[in-house]
Formats: sequence, C-alpha cells, structure tokens
Amino acid sequence: MTDQTQSNFQTEALIADDIDAYLEAQQHKSMLRFITCGSVDDGKSTLIGRLLYDSKMIFEDQLDALESDSKKVGTQGQEIDFALLVDGLAAEREQGITIDVAYRFFATEKRKFIVADCPGHEQYTRNMVTGASTADLAIILIDARKGVLVQTRRHSFLCKLLGIRNIVLAVNKMDLVDYDQPTFEHIVADYRAFANEIGIEDFTAIPISGLAGDNITTNSEATSWYEGPTLIDHLETVEVSSAVNREKPFRLPVQWVNRPNLDFRGFSGLVSSGTVRPGDELRVLPSGKTSKVKSIVTFEGELEEGFAGQSLTITLEDEVDCSRGDVLATADAPPEVSDQFETSIVWMDDEDLTVGRSYWLKLGTQMVSATVQAPKYEINVNTMEHLAAKTLQLNSIGVAELTTDRPIVFEPYEKNRTLGGFILIDKMTNRTVAAGMLHFSLRRAQNVHWQATDVTREAHANLKNQAPRVLWFTGLSGSGKSTIANEVEKRLNLMNRHTFLLDGDNIRHGLNKDLGFTDTDRIENIRRIGEVAKLMADAGLVVLTAFISPFRAERRMVRDMLPEGEFIEVFVDTPLEVAEERDVKGLYKKARAGDLKNFTGIDSPYEEPENAEIRVNTVEMTAEEAAAYIVDQIMPLR
Amino acid sequence: MTRPLTHLERLEAESIHIMREVVAEATKPVMLYSVGKDSSVMLHLARKAFHPGPIPFPMLHVASGWDFQALLDHRDKTVEEYGLELIVAKNEHAEEQGINPFDTGSALYSQAQLTDPLKAALTEHGFDAAFGGGRRDEEKARAKERVFSFRTSSHRWDPKNQRPELWNIYNARKNKGESIRVFPISNWTELDIWQYIMAENIDIVPLYMSSPQPTVEREGQILIVDDERFRLEEGEKPVTRNVRFRTLGCYPLTGATESDATDLSKIVQEMLLATGSERQGRAIDKGESASMEDKKQEGYF
Repeated sequence: MTDQTQSNFQTEALIADDIDAYLEAQQHKSMLRFITCGSVDDGKSTLIGRLLYDSKMIFEDQLDALESDSKKVGTQGQEIDFALLVDGLAAEREQGITIDVAYRFFATEKRKFIVADCPGHEQYTRNMVTGASTADLAIILIDARKGVLVQTRRHSFLCKLLGIRNIVLAVNKMDLVDYDQPTFEHIVADYRAFANEIGIEDFTAIPISGLAGDNITTNSEATSWYEGPTLIDHLETVEVSSAVNREKPFRLPVQWVNRPNLDFRGFSGLVSSGTVRPGDELRVLPSGKTSKVKSIVTFEGELEEGFAGQSLTITLEDEVDCSRGDVLATADAPPEVSDQFETSIVWMDDEDLTVGRSYWLKLGTQMVSATVQAPKYEINVNTMEHLAAKTLQLNSIGVAELTTDRPIVFEPYEKNRTLGGFILIDKMTNRTVAAGMLHFSLRRAQNVHWQATDVTREAHANLKNQAPRVLWFTGLSGSGKSTIANEVEKRLNLMNRHTFLLDGDNIRHGLNKDLGFTDTDRIENIRRIGEVAKLMADAGLVVLTAFISPFRAERRMVRDMLPEGEFIEVFVDTPLEVAEERDVKGLYKKARAGDLKNFTGIDSPYEEPENAEIRVNTVEMTAEEAAAYIVDQIMPLR
Repeated sequence: MTRPLTHLERLEAESIHIMREVVAEATKPVMLYSVGKDSSVMLHLARKAFHPGPIPFPMLHVASGWDFQALLDHRDKTVEEYGLELIVAKNEHAEEQGINPFDTGSALYSQAQLTDPLKAALTEHGFDAAFGGGRRDEEKARAKERVFSFRTSSHRWDPKNQRPELWNIYNARKNKGESIRVFPISNWTELDIWQYIMAENIDIVPLYMSSPQPTVEREGQILIVDDERFRLEEGEKPVTRNVRFRTLGCYPLTGATESDATDLSKIVQEMLLATGSERQGRAIDKGESASMEDKKQEGYF
C-alpha cells in the first residue's frame, strides 16, 4: 500500500512541476483492452476498485456517493462495497443482479486501459462473450483457497473461443493462504492441465492479493519465492494485437465510398490487418478485380504508409467497381470468398435459434441473409462436453453450418477477428440474437473460376428431347425409397427417357465411402450427391436419388442448387413402426440394441418434408402403384 | 516503422469508424452539438472521417435560452468557419409557461428546456440516428451504455432491452419511427479529450480557460452573472473572480471553478490534481444517484 501511494505522489509531483513533460510522455502511451473474469467472491470488484483507486480514477464526490451507497444497499456492512462502483443500472442494483458489461478506464505511466467488467453469475455467457470480443487480454481470477473451479473452466473456454491470446491467471487472496508457494503452484499446475486440454498454449500466472495489494503494482515481499512480473508490469508490457496484426496481409473492409465530387473517389474503412503503401497492388473482393493504390488520404495529408488499426481512405489508380461490403486486400494473398461455413455460434436472445430461418448476418461491413443448420452439437461450457442439440437457446454455444445467400469475403476467426466474427440479427425484431465465428469454408472451390462452356444445359436437354429433373426420394430407412425409385426408372426407360438412379448404398461404396453417419458426414453426403445430381441434370438427365436425407436444410440446399422447378421432392411416407417392422436389412434391430449409432428414427432425427411436391404412402400403396402415381405426376417432362 | 498506435490514435480510429458506419447505414443522421468540449472533439472527428468531403449531416443544438453568450458566439463562429448546417432546437414557449432556471425545479426544467425540444426536433426532421458526446467514464449509468443505443419511437431508452454489441460490429437496423443514439466517443476519458484537444489544436469555447468574470457564490457553487436576466438575491453583489468551467450547461445552473489556468496544459494540470469529478458542477445531475439513468429513459442524452 505504501509503495503505491508513493508512486502516485511521484506522478503528482511531475504533474505539478512540469506538466508539459508529463503531457509529452502521455502522448506516446499505447492502449490495452482487457476483460476480468471471476465472481464477486473471487475479489474481482476489489481488484478493479483497487486499479481505479490507485490510478486516481475515483474522485472524492464519487467516493462519497460510493460510501453512502455502500451503507444503503451494500453487502459489505459498513465497508465500501466496490461492486457498487462497477454497477451502473438502478434496476439491477436493486435486484442484486447485473445484466451487462461495464467498461472502466484507468491509466498508468505507460498505458491506458479499458476494462470490460462482466459480472459472474449464471447467465454469464452472453455478457462475457460481448466483453471478450474487444479484449486483447483476459485476467482469470481464482480464489487461492478454492483453486480451479467450474467457472474458471467456463471463463477460460470463452476467452479461448473469442480468440484472446493473452491469458493472465491471477491467483487472488494469497494473504488468506499465508502466501503459500505450494498452494499457488498446485493451482497453476491444475490450470495448466485444463488449459492444454482446450488449446490455451500459454498463460501468465501471478499470485496476488487485491485487498492487501500484493504483486499488483509492486513485488510483494510476502511472496519472495515469486520472480515474475507484477500484474501492472505485465499489463503494461504485453504486446497488443494491433501491433501483431500489422505483420499479416493487408485487409480493408470498405465501409463507405467517399465521393464528394466527380474528381475524387475514395474507399474508407478501418484497416483490419497489414500495411499499405501507394503503388501496392490490391484486389477488390469478392469481384477479384485488381488495381494499384494511388494515395492514402487523411485529414492531415497523404500518408506514405497505412497500417492495421487506422481509419483510412484509399484511392485507386483505376475506376474499379467497389462499394460498401467489399474488401480491399493484398492482390497476391487475398482472403477467401464463400457462402457455406462451419461456425461456432453463441446464442444471445430469449427466443431460440430457428434452424433454417433467414437471419441478417453482419460481418465487417457486409450484410447478407443467412440460415443456420441444425447444430452439430452444443458445448457444455462447464464440462466442455459435446451435447446433442436441435437448436440453441439463450447463452448456449454450438457448432453449426451456416449458409449465406451470396458469397462473402472472410477469413477464419482464428486468423482475423474482423473478417471472421459476425452477428445474426432477427429480421422481424431487429434484435442482435447471436454472435458467431467462422472457422472454415465448406466449399473447397474458392479459387476455381467458373468455366463458361459452349454446349449449354439446354442443348444437352434438347438433344434428349426432355426436360431435366431431379426426383429426390426421401424417407426413413426401409420406407421403400430404393424399390420405388427403381420402379420409376424402369417405367421412364420404357418411355425412352434418359435417366440415372443414384442409390444411397451404392454411392456410399464409392464416391462417399470416406463418410460415416454423424450429422456432419450426413450433410456432406447429401451435398456431394446434390452436386452430382446437378451435373447430371446439366447433362439433360432425369436423375433419381434414393437417400434417407433426414434434414430439411440439406434438401433445401440441393433444391437451391437447381433451377426453379427442376427439383422434385418425393416423400416416401412410411410410419416408423411399419419401417421397423419390415426391417429389410436388419438395421433397426441393431440400432435398438445399441450396436448402430446415429440411426435415423431411433437416435437421430428425421425431419419430414413440409411441402414435398409428391407424397406417397407405402402403407396404402404398393411400390408399383406408387411408381405409377409418381410418373403420372412428372409427365410430360417438358 | 513499427511503433504501436498510441491510445489517442486508437480512440480516434474507433470514433471515425463508428461515424462512417452510421453514415453508411442510417437514412438521416444528425449530430447533437452542444458546443462543449466533447462536441468540439466529435466535430473534429467528423471532419476527419469524411475528409476531403464535407460533413454529411447537420448539427443540432438544443438551446435552453440560458446558454452562455460565449458559447453561442463560438457556435456561430464554428458553423461559419466550417460551413456547417446548423439546426437550433428551442422551447419557444418557456416564458409563457413560466419556466426558468431560478423558479423551476431541475427535473421539470431539464425536461421542458432540453429533453422535450430535443425530442421534438428529432421527430420534426425525421432523424433516425443522432450522435451524442456521452462518455462511459462520466457517470455510472453511462459505463454500460452501448455505442449504438436503440430508442423507441417515443425516444425512450430501455436499459433492459439493449442489443449486445460485439467486436466493432454495430446493429443499426430499426423499424420505421425508431431511432438510435450513437456515442462515438464512448471510450474516451476526460483526460483523453483534453489531450486530444491539445494535440489537435481544437478550438473550444474560451470559458474553459480562466478569465475574470462577475460571479456570485450560492450553496457552495460559483455562478457567473452572464447577462442581465440573472436574478440577484437581496444583498447579493457580483464579485469579479478568475474562473473557468469544466463543463458548460445553462449558465445559472453551472458552477465554475476558481482558477488561474489560462492555457490548456494548465487546465489539464489542474484536472489531474483535482479531487472532484466533472459533473460535480452540474445541478441537473444531483439528487438520486440513478437520476442520469432516469433522465436517459425519458430521452435526455
């Protein structure tokens, strides 16, 4: 305590004696944004209170108000309740719950700090994710008496998820364990084991006492065995992300086109990574056009160099199409462009995720429509377990595939927060319902440009004297899809139609033999079949497919690949009891016995079509009757 | 060159990003221009954000009728110098309603002279986004305010129904009639503001610097007798004092600080050594500790 008071006096002396020298030094401070994770019990508020207090961020009148508030509604008896200092909203103060993130500010001689303070109650995920999204560093607080708790794991997982690279493990209340080194080391070892599990490679552990002030600003004599930095030392010297991002390829998401007159056309935005100089060759994405940088325009004049973290305006040598939502990037190292992604999604709204519903997706400056498919799994943030999930609820985190209605420019979140982080907005309420992170594109063809061919799909179809169709048979295992599809193909052949039947089992022996039966693999299975069916339809064929294809989203995906009217969904409607009773391949028996996992209808869902073009009921019809009915429906194939 | 961005550069880049985002997404934005130091910084940032083009939105000044004359002069000079479009919102019926800062209670006064004219002007012109100079370090209620703060069609703020704000992605979508208040300097502290004013040589109202003024002292506050409407109490005689202001509201309600600081570095010096917070000089914020929040729910900035 004494040392800290002294250091403040030294600062004050400088301010009083030579304000200009002090201010000159202030101009060169950098900034660090960090998040504190922990509950009131861990002494988080005390720590933040101390940081604010030591840096003179609490004025006398505020302190008076705090003291009177502490007596009125505080939970610390006659003591100052620092929680009140970081609580802002009257409603939550009365209820004793915090529903938000509070931002606090303090400065030391070397740096300015913005602290995102997230309260540590159960409904915590949404707030913490919000606070962590802008943080360069996270302080994970642990009570030395309690060690690594469930909430420590939760906090660490969320920090890792949001891509915070600098983790500080602050083992607090060391005064209450007599500054015992083995206690500290035991906690650090426990934490290291867990951190490695979730992919946190490195962290800095510091034994502290927020209350007594040990190892906060000065090294404590009570922990002479500790040789690392104090908390403030570490916060002052750790490298900030904007400096790291400068080494990466150049990315400028275009926010706004500055066109005050016909002679000036500038592209404004915040540089998300890299550096740029006049003469650099840039690529406009998603169009792919290139041009050279003519100038970097700022209010102060043109720059020789611009870099990550700056808000700039760039003019180009050529008149290329470029508008809000486009990304200017290093020409020979552009980001990817895609419309299908694997993502992690944090749900933040009271209303659950609706799989397949169209939401607005905002990523950088791009705004598109997006649909989320059924989650592959939800993550239990306390145990890291993967749980089956049909949807996502408030505060739940899941991994799901996401499709946008047009290609967007992106980078994996791990590489670039700006081009990998997105929010989802409900189109009806306009609420921000989710935050997400793009991991990778599901289309591997980002760099393949479409080759225009002279013999068109119309020409192929005309030659065969028919209109192409994809008859997509869907239904439970044993419903009769293959039998009926086979019968339909026979009938069409007799009518001189050019057809091809893609059958589930056969495809799984060849094209898709690398795929299993998890949700992911099922989706990929259907995607490949969809692409093959599309090529065959392009060749003018009537394609018949017989796959369980249990998910609406995937059937929808294939439907969207084809010109309108060419995709005919045929629902082979057989009740589960009937299919199980038939059990032609003996699979239901195995599934019931637990020998077969992820079996549709047993432990994996089947989503019935809502608006199938054709529906056949195999309880009421024979396979032949069903086939005749289907052929009737699709003729005359014009 | 590998120097890291300084904290002022980072704050500036963030504010400019926010302003461009609003101009790109809103139909009809406006800047709430109080002519104070925070507004002056915001204006400067706007000039930077849209350079070399002009600022693509008008300034809206809510004048209570009891504004410091020096502030009005500075406003008009600035508007002239930068070719800004200025809209002045005012309660024209204050006098007949008998509303003035001497007789009217502070809650009713701020409602009638500030909040209502502001709401009326926003509605009249159909502005769907309004920039405000609020900072999170000012007051507890503001520490949790979003950068994009959503308002209902009656301009009310619902603290329980705010949209989560992640990374630097702002959700500006709204239904017809609804609007957003945007705070581009949310993350600036008072010290940052002063440092930036110094570094960028931003012109501010001279009252922030010490000057001799006719003053009276009431309930521990030093008030300046800015014009003949100031009601002197019996036996009260204005005394000349060297004073400056940390914040500029309505002159009969805004307390001055005795000071000899006539230039910016001395002001910052005094500020750093000060023990009272900025809003201490404002009568409007006193009373219940959640009062700022109550006012915000009503639509005050």
